[in-house]
Amino acid sequence: MNEVKGTKTISQTAEVWRRLKRNRAAIMGGMIVFLFVFVAILAPWISPYPPNEGDLAKRLKPPSKEHLLGTDALGRDQLSRVIFGARISLQIQVAAVIIALIIGTLLGMVGGYYGGTFDNLIMRLMDILLAFPGIFLAISIIAVLGPGLTNLMLAAGIYSIPQFARIVRGSVLSLKEKEFIEAARAVGENDFNILFRYLLPNSMAPLIIQTTLRMATVLLTASGLSFLGLGVQPPTPEWGAMLSTARAYMITAPHVATVPGLAIMLVVMGFNLFGDGLRDSLDPRLRD
Amino acid sequence: MGTLLNINNLKTHFFSSGRTIRALDGVSFHIEEGEVFGLVGETGCGKSVTALSILRLIPFPPGKITGGEIHFRGRNLLHLQEDEMRSIRGKEISMIFQEPMTSLNPVFRIGDQMVEVIMLHQKLDRSLATEKAIEMLQRVHIPDADRVLKQYPHQLSGGMRQRVMIAMELSCHPFLLIADEPTTALDVTIQAQILRLIKEMRNELQTSILLITHDLGVIAEMCDRVAVMYAGSIAEEARIEEIFEKPQHPYTKGLWGAIPRVDQEKETLAVIPGTVPDLSQPPTGCKFHPRCPHRFTPCDQKNPPLFQTSSGHLVSCYLYGKGESHG
Amino acid sequence: MLLPVLLGVSLVSFSLLHMVPGDPAELLAGEEANPEFIQALRKEYGLDQPLYIQYFHFISHVVRGDFGISIRNREPVIKLLKERFLFTLQLSFLSILIAGFIGLVAGVISATKQYSLFDNFSMVGALFGVSMPIFWFGLLLMLVFSVQLRWFPAGGKGTILHLILPAIALGAASSAVIARMTRASMLEVIRQEYIRTARANGLREFIVIYKHALKNAMIPVITVFGLEFGYMLGGAVLTETVFSLPGVGRLMVEGIFQRDYPIVQGSMLLVATTFVVVNLLTDIAYAFFDPKIRYE
Repeated sequence: MNEVKGTKTISQTAEVWRRLKRNRAAIMGGMIVFLFVFVAILAPWISPYPPNEGDLAKRLKPPSKEHLLGTDALGRDQLSRVIFGARISLQIQVAAVIIALIIGTLLGMVGGYYGGTFDNLIMRLMDILLAFPGIFLAISIIAVLGPGLTNLMLAAGIYSIPQFARIVRGSVLSLKEKEFIEAARAVGENDFNILFRYLLPNSMAPLIIQTTLRMATVLLTASGLSFLGLGVQPPTPEWGAMLSTARAYMITAPHVATVPGLAIMLVVMGFNLFGDGLRDSLDPRLRD
Repeated sequence: MGTLLNINNLKTHFFSSGRTIRALDGVSFHIEEGEVFGLVGETGCGKSVTALSILRLIPFPPGKITGGEIHFRGRNLLHLQEDEMRSIRGKEISMIFQEPMTSLNPVFRIGDQMVEVIMLHQKLDRSLATEKAIEMLQRVHIPDADRVLKQYPHQLSGGMRQRVMIAMELSCHPFLLIADEPTTALDVTIQAQILRLIKEMRNELQTSILLITHDLGVIAEMCDRVAVMYAGSIAEEARIEEIFEKPQHPYTKGLWGAIPRVDQEKETLAVIPGTVPDLSQPPTGCKFHPRCPHRFTPCDQKNPPLFQTSSGHLVSCYLYGKGESHG
Repeated sequence: MLLPVLLGVSLVSFSLLHMVPGDPAELLAGEEANPEFIQALRKEYGLDQPLYIQYFHFISHVVRGDFGISIRNREPVIKLLKERFLFTLQLSFLSILIAGFIGLVAGVISATKQYSLFDNFSMVGALFGVSMPIFWFGLLLMLVFSVQLRWFPAGGKGTILHLILPAIALGAASSAVIARMTRASMLEVIRQEYIRTARANGLREFIVIYKHALKNAMIPVITVFGLEFGYMLGGAVLTETVFSLPGVGRLMVEGIFQRDYPIVQGSMLLVATTFVVVNLLTDIAYAFFDPKIRYE
C-alpha cells in the first residue's frame, strides 16, 4: 500500500474490498468466521440447553430431534457445548491476539527503529522464544504458569509475540530510511509521533493478515493444550477438552469424538481461507 | 549441396482467453547443407516461434502447430512420435538461446550437463563422454577446459557461458544448429568473438546454421542466405548480396532505409509508418499492406504467395506476381 | 549467533524451578517429605546459594549428561529422557519422511499440471491438512484404520506398524506446507530457460522435471523441511497422547501434572536445543545445496 500519512484513500480501501469480493474462497472463509463470531457472541441466547447441565439418564445418545448433535458422556447436550465452546475459543483467541499485538508491536517498533543494542536484545529474546518449536512453547509456558483458562490465554499470547514483533520490525526497518520519515524528522516530529502516526499505519496490512492467520493457529494450539488437560479445566466446554473426554467413548459413540474436532477444523479453515484471501487482495504481488 | 531443411506453410497458433494468436501463419523457407541461413525481423514477428516449432518445443497449452510441413533429411518432423523427436533434439538439430546467463542449469556442473547430453545421444560411457566434452570445450577456445568442466555456471562470464552452450550443442555434431539471438545479450566485443566462433564451427563441422536475429549487421557479416520475416510469415528470401543490394519487398526496403548510415547525410531516420499488427486479429490479405506505400487492389484480398523474381530470390508481394506462386 | 540462544534456552529451563511459586527445595522434595530431607536436598543442590552459582552448577551437570533426579520415581532423569526422546525422534523422523514424500510428489505434480483436477484436489487437501487438529486427525485415523478396518494397532509401541498412523497424523499439516512450497517453487523453476535447454537437448520429460527442475526447486524447500521436523518434535505430544506412545512429549506433560520439575526442565532443554541444532543444520544444508552460496 502506498500510504504516506496513515490515512487510506477511499479508492484504496475500495480496491482491496473489490479484490476480496472476487475471491470465492475468501468469501467462504469470511462467512465461516462471521458465523463463528456470531455464534460465540450470542451463545447464551441461541444455545438450546445450558452447556454444563447433564441428564445422566440420557448419556451418549446419538443425534436426535431433541439433541441435534447428541449428548456426551455426562448427558449434556453437545450442540450447546459446541456453541459455548465457540464462545470460549473466541475469548482465548482475542485475548491471545491482543496480548501479542500490543507487546509484539511495541517490541518490533522499538527494535526496528532504534536498532543497536535494543534491537539485538529484542531479537535474541525472540530467538529464544522461537527455539521452542510451535505448541511446545505454549506447553513450556503452561509448565511455569500452571493449567487454567487465564494461563492458557497468557500462554497463547506470549507464544504469538515473536511473529508480530518480526513483522512490525521488518516493516519499520524498511521504511525508516525513506524520505517521508526524514521529512517528518526535519520538521521536528518527535519519535513517538513518527512511530505511531507514520510507521505503524504502514504495517497495517501485514499485521491484519497475520492477526487473521494467527487466530487459526491459536485455536489449534489452545484446543491442543486443553486436549492435553493443560488448558481449560472441566466442566468448561472447550472443543479440545471435549475431544479429550470423548476418547474413551470413541467406539460406542463416535459422534462425541467427531463433532468438536469438526468444529475446530471448520473454524481454522475459515480463518485460513479468509487470511489468504486478505493477503491476496492487500498485495497481489505476494502470491505464488 | 543439398537441401537440409524444408519448411512449407508452417502455422503455429497460441490460444489464450478466447483469442487465437496466429504467431506463424504460413512460414516457408529452406536451408541448404553447410550454409548459414539468417532469419531476420522485428521483435515479435515470430522468429523464435519458428525455431521452437522446428524442434516441436511449443508448449501446449497454450500453443500448437496447426499446419504445414517440416522436412528434415527425408522425414516430416511434424509426423514423428515424441521419442523420435527426442532423438533428433540435441543430436541432429541443436539450439542455442539468447540468454547464456540463464540457459545453463545453475545446480549442475558444466561437465555433468555436457556429459549427460553426450551420453544420451552417443552411447559413450562416462569417461569417453568426458573426454569428448573436454575436446569440445577446447574447440570453442575455452582455456583450462579441465577446470571449467568442474565449475558451476555462475562461476563463468556471459561470453564463456555462451561458448559452453555452443560446445554443448555441437558436441553431437548436429546437422543443423539453430542460434536464436546468440549475441544479443552479450557485450559488443564478445559478440564479435562468438560470431566468429560460430562461423568457425560451421567450417570445421559442416553444420548448417539457422541464425535468428533482429540485428542487420550480424546478418550482413554472417549469412549466406537470408529470409525476412514479418508478422508471422516470410516477406522475402534471397542470397545475402541480393537482399542488401536489391531488396524487393516494401517492408525489406523500409527496414534497410531505417538503418542510419555513416556515409549519408540524413536529418531524420526513415521510419516505417504504423505499427506491427495484432496477431490475434491480423489484417486481411497481405499483413503489411496497411503500412505499405505501394498497396493496391489485390493487397487486402489474400495473402500473397512467394513469387520467384530471380534465381533464389523469393518475395511475398503482389508487385512481383499475381495468383500463382513459385511452388 | 548460536550460543546466546542456547544460553537463553538453558537459562529458561533452569529458571523453571524458580519461577514456579513455592520454595524450590520443597518443590523438589515432593509431597510427603520431612524437613530434614528438604534441608538435605537444599544443601545437595546448593539451593541456598546465589542464583548465578546455581545456574553454573546446573549447566555443568547438564553438559555431563546429568539432568537431575526425577521427583516421582527417584531415578536419573537422563535415563528416562533418553529412551523417550529417542522414541519421539524416531516418530518425527518417520513422519517427516512420509510427509516430505507426499508433499514433494503432490507439489511437483500440481506444478507440472497446474490448474488440473489433481492440482485443485491437492491444494484443497493441503487446506484440510493445515486446518485439522493433529489429535483429532489421529483419533479419526484410529477409528477408521484401527478399530473398523483393523489394519493397524491402536496404540502402544512395538513395530513400525505402531508408528504409521501416529506419524501420518503428526505429518498432515507439514505435508500440506511442503506441498504448497514445492508447488510454488516448481512453478517458478519450470519457467526458467535452462529447463528449455534441457528439453531442447532431447532429455526425457521425466528427467527434465525430476532431475533438472526438482533439484533447483528443492533449495528453498529444504528450510521448510527443517522447520517442520522441529514442529513435529514439539507437537508430537498430541499424537503420543492419542496413541499412548512413550515419547518425550507425553513425558513432559506427565511431568507438568506431577510437578516433577527435573523431568520438565530436562525435556524443555533437550527439545529446544535439538530444534536449534536442527535449524542450524538446515541452514548449512541450504548453503550446501545451492552452488551459488557454496562457491562464493
